[in-house]
Amino acid sequence: MRRFVIGQAKNLIDQTRRRPRPHHNNIRLLSLLASDPIPVSSSRFFSDMTGSDSSSSLPVTLDSINPNVLKCEYAVRGEIVNIAQKLQDDLKINKDAYPFDEIIYCNIGNPQSLSQQPITFFREVLALCSHTALLDRDETHALFSTDSIARAWKILDQIPGKATGAYSHSQGIKGLRDAIAAGIEARDGFPADPNDIFMTDGASPGVHMMMQLLISSEKDGILCPIPQYPLYSASIALHGGSLVPYYLDEASGWGLEISELKKQLEDAKSKGITVRALAVINPGNPTGQVLSEENQRDIVDFCKKEGLVLLADEVYQENVYVPDKKFHSFKKVARSMGYGEKDISLVSFQSISKGYYGECGKRGGYMEVTGFTSDVREQIYKVASVNLCSNISGQILASLVMSPPKPGDESYESYISEKEGILSSMARRAKTLEEALNKLEGITCNRAEGAMYLFPCINLPKKAIAAAEAAKTAPDTFYCKRLLNATGIVVVPGSGFRQVPGTWHFRCTILPQEDKIPAIVNRLTEFHKSFMDEFRD
Amino acid sequence: MSLKALDYETLNENVKNCQYAVRGELYLRASELQKEGKKIIFTNVGNPHALGQKPLTFPRQVVALCQAPFLLDNPNVGMIFPADAIARAKHYLSLTSGGLGAYSDSRGLPGVRKEVAEFIQRRDGYPSDPELIFLTDGASKGVMQILNCIIRNQKDGVILVPVPQYPLYSATISLLGGTLVPYYLEETDNWGLDVNNLRQSVAQARSQGITVRAMVIINPGNPTGQCLSEANLREILKFCCDERLVLLGDEVYQQNIYQDERPFISSKKVLMDMGAPLSKEVQLISFHTVSKGYWGECGQRGGYFEMTNIPPRTVEEIYKVASIALSPNVSAQIFMGLMVSPPKPGDISYDQFVRESKGILESLRRRARIMTDGFNSCKNVVCNFTEGAMYSFPQIKLPPKAIQAAKQAGKVPDVFYCLKLLEATGISTVPGSGFGQKEGVFHLRTTILPAEEEMPEIMESFKKFNDEFMSQYGDNFGYSRM
Repeated sequence: MRRFVIGQAKNLIDQTRRRPRPHHNNIRLLSLLASDPIPVSSSRFFSDMTGSDSSSSLPVTLDSINPNVLKCEYAVRGEIVNIAQKLQDDLKINKDAYPFDEIIYCNIGNPQSLSQQPITFFREVLALCSHTALLDRDETHALFSTDSIARAWKILDQIPGKATGAYSHSQGIKGLRDAIAAGIEARDGFPADPNDIFMTDGASPGVHMMMQLLISSEKDGILCPIPQYPLYSASIALHGGSLVPYYLDEASGWGLEISELKKQLEDAKSKGITVRALAVINPGNPTGQVLSEENQRDIVDFCKKEGLVLLADEVYQENVYVPDKKFHSFKKVARSMGYGEKDISLVSFQSISKGYYGECGKRGGYMEVTGFTSDVREQIYKVASVNLCSNISGQILASLVMSPPKPGDESYESYISEKEGILSSMARRAKTLEEALNKLEGITCNRAEGAMYLFPCINLPKKAIAAAEAAKTAPDTFYCKRLLNATGIVVVPGSGFRQVPGTWHFRCTILPQEDKIPAIVNRLTEFHKSFMDEFRD
Repeated sequence: MSLKALDYETLNENVKNCQYAVRGELYLRASELQKEGKKIIFTNVGNPHALGQKPLTFPRQVVALCQAPFLLDNPNVGMIFPADAIARAKHYLSLTSGGLGAYSDSRGLPGVRKEVAEFIQRRDGYPSDPELIFLTDGASKGVMQILNCIIRNQKDGVILVPVPQYPLYSATISLLGGTLVPYYLEETDNWGLDVNNLRQSVAQARSQGITVRAMVIINPGNPTGQCLSEANLREILKFCCDERLVLLGDEVYQQNIYQDERPFISSKKVLMDMGAPLSKEVQLISFHTVSKGYWGECGQRGGYFEMTNIPPRTVEEIYKVASIALSPNVSAQIFMGLMVSPPKPGDISYDQFVRESKGILESLRRRARIMTDGFNSCKNVVCNFTEGAMYSFPQIKLPPKAIQAAKQAGKVPDVFYCLKLLEATGISTVPGSGFGQKEGVFHLRTTILPAEEEMPEIMESFKKFNDEFMSQYGDNFGYSRM
């Protein structure tokens, strides 16, 4: 039986080995496929084994699950949000028990949950693609704009059999990728190849994919901005890698210094970590800064020189609120420096969740992958193919976001007014909240140049810090919990994003509707004053 | 030229090791040929709508209304949408926190999870807790999330997987740096499994310090199609209890049953029927999807998993991992809600819904038979009947000369055969090696999804190719089951 079974293993191995790899780790592959899990020749494979801990009676418990899962954290939907949800449930039955009558979720960039309306044209097209029988009916013309009908036809013609319920190509429907590539080219002035586009269920799965490719062990490091959006730290932890922090400079509007990048890179190297990539979030999350072009050129040069993959998280590219800053994609910057496919490995992430479209629940996005050899791209494709494809509705939306109505289109006027309405309102809310926060004692808040968040710095009094310690809570979490219990406002403590040790922040979105902002400001102001009254030194 | 930041050498080995034949070599070659103008029949993946199956009308009406809620305010909406679709759209929109465009709870909309729990309760006769049901972007994402929790390293968190298997399992285990221990299904015994063999494998593993923690069953099977009997399931559950394994029950094909001797019975029902202590101790995670059945809504990416006897703190950790992805897509959640609570007798859309559903299922049953018989009429081909799921997995008895030719061409024998089949007929299949098989035994997997009216021609085309191939490479000893 044993010999038979080893034979099977060999068969499976032979079939899956695609090319001879003289340095290939045979043990890894054997153990992967061996029906007899102990290949005869690999006694050293188990030399470091101590035997499994079978003290728990159930196979899957906290003691036995993947330790990387235990290690990873994601504060955006963490402890404070759990408390908020319980409060919200309780509010329904115990209205009078609380000094507020609703929970206001300012913890997550989820605009449509706070009454932002979707773009009409986009939803018209989606509805028509959802139920294509509509296109055969005369009555449809009374309910839908002409150009949305035309666009739906155009999209359906790009889908084999007009079957929106079928798995598509694993990179996404070709025609939609063509539209996205054209949109990228129109945005940047440099060509984009649809074959470089990988469409994903939101931008997050794309980030996970890249981490999977880049990280083999804890010796592989990824440079991440601090503060960062905790998808990065969580993904790195899940994949067993090392996060190499580089600190953004709060005093200079969350500036990114190349000297800091260099320092952290050297530091990592000295610890035996091979840094593989640099993640940059532009516009920043939670910090909201928009990088200057000069800064971006320095970053591109740095990555090129040090042989790092540049992971450019650009999901907030449509969210810029200040006249003195503009979004430039890293692709554009690199190409305008004369750098092409052979010079820099760049992965650019975009999403349909943010911008003015805010289609979080649809889960749509893509990564544009440039500067990799074809054998690496094949591997990226392979990983994408295991999940077959991203959801079609999200794919359609991504193509609409990158090729919206143009001047002259029937829907252009309404589209533009919806878009500008949302963006100008965001800019106003960003300003109002920033000003309000800066008026509070001990709080300084950099302006939100872009994205959807404010990230004020709270100078917590010693008494507050001591109280937090006594409550076994991080000081900023302590503050945020108190804020929640007093006002119903849900924010995320800065420690969820990491920060310079000894500094405290919280992240608050700018997304509650404009008419709610004055009440939020009042409640926050009142709370902060009483907090400081209680804990002032 | 600068240092290459990410080149093939420095790529994560786990990624390089991972294989997913369903969209591998054959599919890529088929796509190339299609670009060159050749007519290709894609039978490589269970993708019904791509082969002409129409979406069910009612769910598409409901979701269209949810996509564009302003339609509901239009006085003329009743002219093109039936009242029950309108009501249902309003119902699902009320369950969301801002329509389809808002992230839902990371586990999925509570209201939909409640409907899923009610469905499970109706199906099995036992209560189901919505808090233990997580909606995911397709069942595959759920499988990946759970395997990610179970696999600790190569030696701990090892997974027992059927061979042949749907290569999501091998690919994911590979990506996660884990170890797969195969258990062989017995082709001559209708793809049955032998618990004694299983027991031996696990004992051997344990004696060497390997910790096997989970067992996967795919019921109905993919690619094999067999439906497990209640006795089988009892045996498996007892085995998992004895060996302290969590059972991962991939039940995505539960609506695709083409014989009456073994109707679908869920692992959860059998477990609960077995009563305490097993029903309270055996850990079970069951997977389902909107991609298969008679819905075939693959492109929506909708699925769920239900956890049984998983401790609360572990559930929290699984929730934490789900929360990093923020939320599953909301449209698919609505499809899931509709699937588990379809139109009822008396509803306006009921008759049409039943007509459409029955039409699809009855046709699938007929196609399962046509294909099995078609393969069995071919030289050197034997094919077990497709009892369930969506595939046919005929065994191709390749003559020694063919195997030689394959070697010379640098190809695995069944890949060689399938490539030749593709070039000759345009039929794009997946070689059996992509699913695992016993040494020296070859198969291919095709779907039973091509349109019924095209089936006879497809089977003719296959037979012509196969019989010519067997003549070319064979000793003319010719064997067919029929």
